[in-house]
Amino acid sequence: MSRMDLLVRRAMFEGREVDVIVNEGRIVEIRDCSAEIDLEEFEQVEDAYGLQLMASMTDVHVHLREPGFEYKEDIRSGLGAAAWGGFGNVLCMANTSPVNDSASVTEAMQEKANIYWPDGPRLFPIGALTKGLKGDELAPVAELRDAGCVAVSNDGVPVKNTDLFRKAMDYAANFGMTVIDHCEDPYMAVGVGVNEGEVSDRLGLAGQPDVAEALQVSRDVLLAEYLDIPIHLAHVSCEKAVEIIRQAKARGVKVTAETCPHYLLLTDEWLAEPENEYSAMGKVNPPLRTERDRQAMIAALNDGTIDFLATDHAPHGMHEKEVEMDVAPCGISGLDTALAATWALVQDGTLSREAFDRAWVTGPAQTFGLPVNRFQPGDTADFFLFDPEEEWVVGPGTMHSKGKNTPLAGATLKGRVKTHFLAGKKIV
Amino acid sequence: MQWLHKDLLDVSQLSRSEVMSLFETARHFQEINERPVKKVPTLRGRSVVLFFAEPSTRTKTSFDVAGKRLSADTFSLAKSSSSLTKGETLKDTALTLQAMAPDAIVIRHWCSGAARFMADRLDCSIINAGDGRHAHPTQALLDGFTLYQEWGDLSGKTVLILGDVTHSRVARSNVILLNKMGARVRICAPRTLLPRTVKSWRAEVFHDLDEAVRDVDAVMCLRLQLERQKQGLLPDLREYASTYGLSARHLEKASRDVRVLHPGPMNRGVEIASDLADADCSLVLDQVANGVSMRMALLFQYMTRKGGEE
Repeated sequence: MSRMDLLVRRAMFEGREVDVIVNEGRIVEIRDCSAEIDLEEFEQVEDAYGLQLMASMTDVHVHLREPGFEYKEDIRSGLGAAAWGGFGNVLCMANTSPVNDSASVTEAMQEKANIYWPDGPRLFPIGALTKGLKGDELAPVAELRDAGCVAVSNDGVPVKNTDLFRKAMDYAANFGMTVIDHCEDPYMAVGVGVNEGEVSDRLGLAGQPDVAEALQVSRDVLLAEYLDIPIHLAHVSCEKAVEIIRQAKARGVKVTAETCPHYLLLTDEWLAEPENEYSAMGKVNPPLRTERDRQAMIAALNDGTIDFLATDHAPHGMHEKEVEMDVAPCGISGLDTALAATWALVQDGTLSREAFDRAWVTGPAQTFGLPVNRFQPGDTADFFLFDPEEEWVVGPGTMHSKGKNTPLAGATLKGRVKTHFLAGKKIV
Repeated sequence: MQWLHKDLLDVSQLSRSEVMSLFETARHFQEINERPVKKVPTLRGRSVVLFFAEPSTRTKTSFDVAGKRLSADTFSLAKSSSSLTKGETLKDTALTLQAMAPDAIVIRHWCSGAARFMADRLDCSIINAGDGRHAHPTQALLDGFTLYQEWGDLSGKTVLILGDVTHSRVARSNVILLNKMGARVRICAPRTLLPRTVKSWRAEVFHDLDEAVRDVDAVMCLRLQLERQKQGLLPDLREYASTYGLSARHLEKASRDVRVLHPGPMNRGVEIASDLADADCSLVLDQVANGVSMRMALLFQYMTRKGGEE
C-alpha cells in the first residue's frame, strides 16, 4: 500500500477523538482514534490533541479593497484574516477602484491571491452588476463569468431603477449567474448606518428605517418569483424582511438570504451605551437594529429562513473611523472575529450546531456551487483545527485584517484557529 | 456649590439643583451686565476657545461677550478660517487646540456627538454650543433661566414647543430641561417634522396648533430651516405659516399671561408672526440678554471647577 498524504491524529469530532486520513486533497476516512495506527504510512502527521476538527467555512460577502484601497485591506492581508478566521472560500465584492466590472480586474484579483495564497483561501470574485456600479448600464456578465466571477452584485449601491434591475436579473440568469442584492431603498436609506428608532432619535442622528430594507426585499422576491430565477439577498438585518422571505420561500420563490454575525450579537443600543456613544465602530449598513430584530434574525437562522451567515467584512483605516458619526464610513471588519463570536452562540445555546454548520459551511457553498467538506470519503479535505478553550482579546495585536474597525474591539472571545488545511495542504 | 462636571454636553447631565445653582449664578452675573463698566476680573488669565465648525453669529457672540465680561481671553476658530476646510479631522483639530492649553473649548458642530467626541479626548472643559440635531444645552439653560426670571418657578407651568422638532437640538435639550424643572411640555408640529418615535419623548404631542396652544403658559417657537421644503417635508412656507406659524389669534386660547420665546434667528412671518415677535408677551430680547448672563455662569462654573469627575 502506498503512503497516504496526511494523518490528523486525535482530533475532537462530534464528541469523540478521531484520526483523519487525507489523500490527494480528499478525505479518505475518519475513524475512531486508535493506538495501532502506523505513522510511517503517512507523508505528514498532524497532532490535533485537544483541538476540534471543523470544516472550512465559506464567506460570500467580503470587501478586500484591492485594487484601489490597499490601505484598508489588500488581498494578501484579507485572505490571511480569512485563513486564520476559518474561511477556505471567500467571495469578494466589486466595489474596488477600478470597479470589478471587467475580466482584467477579476484576473488581477485572482493573480494576487495566487501569488500570496497559492493553496488558498480560494478567492472567488463577485462581478459588478452594472458598469462602474453606477446603475445605468449592464456589466459584461458573460465576460465576468468566464474570468472566474461566481455571482454579480451592485454591492452597496442598490440599483434605483427597478426596470433595469429586472433586466439585470434576467441577463445574469442567462449566464447562470445569481444576483446578490443589497436590499435597501436607496432614497429611504441614505447610508447613515444607524437604525431609525428611539436610539437614533435620542442621539440626534438621522436614522434609516427597517422598512427601507423590507421594501427592497419585497421588490426582489416579487421579481424573482415573476421571472422564476434565483436571487440572493445580502446581509438581511430586520424582522420585517425575514417575514417577507419566509412567506416567499413558502411559495417556492428561489430566494436565498444571508445575515451577518453583528446582527446576531448587537443592537442599536450599543451606540447609546455610555462607553460607545457616537462611536463609529458601530456604524454599519444596514444598521444594527433593535433587540426584537436581533431575536428574529437568530430564530430565522435557526429555522433556515435565513440560509447562512456572511461577514460583510468591511475593513477601514482607523483614522477613517475615529471621526464624527456622520462623517465615518459604514462597515465592520469581520473575518477575524466571525468564527469565535458565532461559536459562542452555539455554546450558549442561541444557535443550534446544525444551524452553525449550515450557516458557515454547507449553506453558502451550496448556494454558489463551491467545494464543501462534510467529512465524507471523497470530500475535499478543507478543515481547520480549532482550540475551543483559547481566549483572546480582540484588538490590533490579535487581528490579521488591516481593518481593526469592530465594535468587538476589547472583547474577550473564546476559540482560535490553530491550523488550517485546504485540499489537504496546510495554509496556516 | 462645588462644580463636579468637566464638560457640558447636554442638560441631561445636570441635576435639578445644579440647574438652580446655574440660574442663581446667572442672576448674580446679570447685574454686571447692567453696570456702566461691564467687566469683572473673575476669569482673568484664563482662556476659552470658541470653536465654531458651523456658522453661528448669535451664540458665538454671546459666548464671546460672556467671556470678555469675566476678563477671560477668548479666541475664535471658525470653520472658514479653520483647518477643517483643509481636510483635518476633528481629532487633530481637538488635539491641536488642546496643545494650546485653553481652560475651556466652546464647540458648535453640525455633527451630533461632536462635543462628546472632543470631551472624550481632551482634558479641558468642553461646552457644547450645539451639536447636530442632538443637544444645545446652553440654549435650553438660557430659555429656562428666562422663564425662571418671569415666573420664579417652572413647576406646573405648561410650555409648548412649536415647529421643526425632528431637526432641532433646541427642542431636544429643552424637553429634558423643562421636565427636569417640573414644567409640562407640549410639542406641536406636522408629522413630517416630528421623529417617528416622538411618543417616547416626555411630552404631549399635537398636530393641530389651535389645540396645542390651549391654556399654555409659554410658547417656544423653533426656527424653520428654509430647505425643509426641498426635502419634501412641507409644500411651501406659505402653507407652513398658515398652519403652524404662531400668531396673535392663537394666543387668545392660551393662558392670559402667555409668553413667547424664540431662540433666533427668526423667520418673521413663517414660524412667528412679525407683530408677535415685537409684542409685549415676546421674551426674545430677554433671551438674548439672559444668554450672556447664563454663559457667564457656565464659563465661571466650568472654568473654575476643581478636580471633580473624570
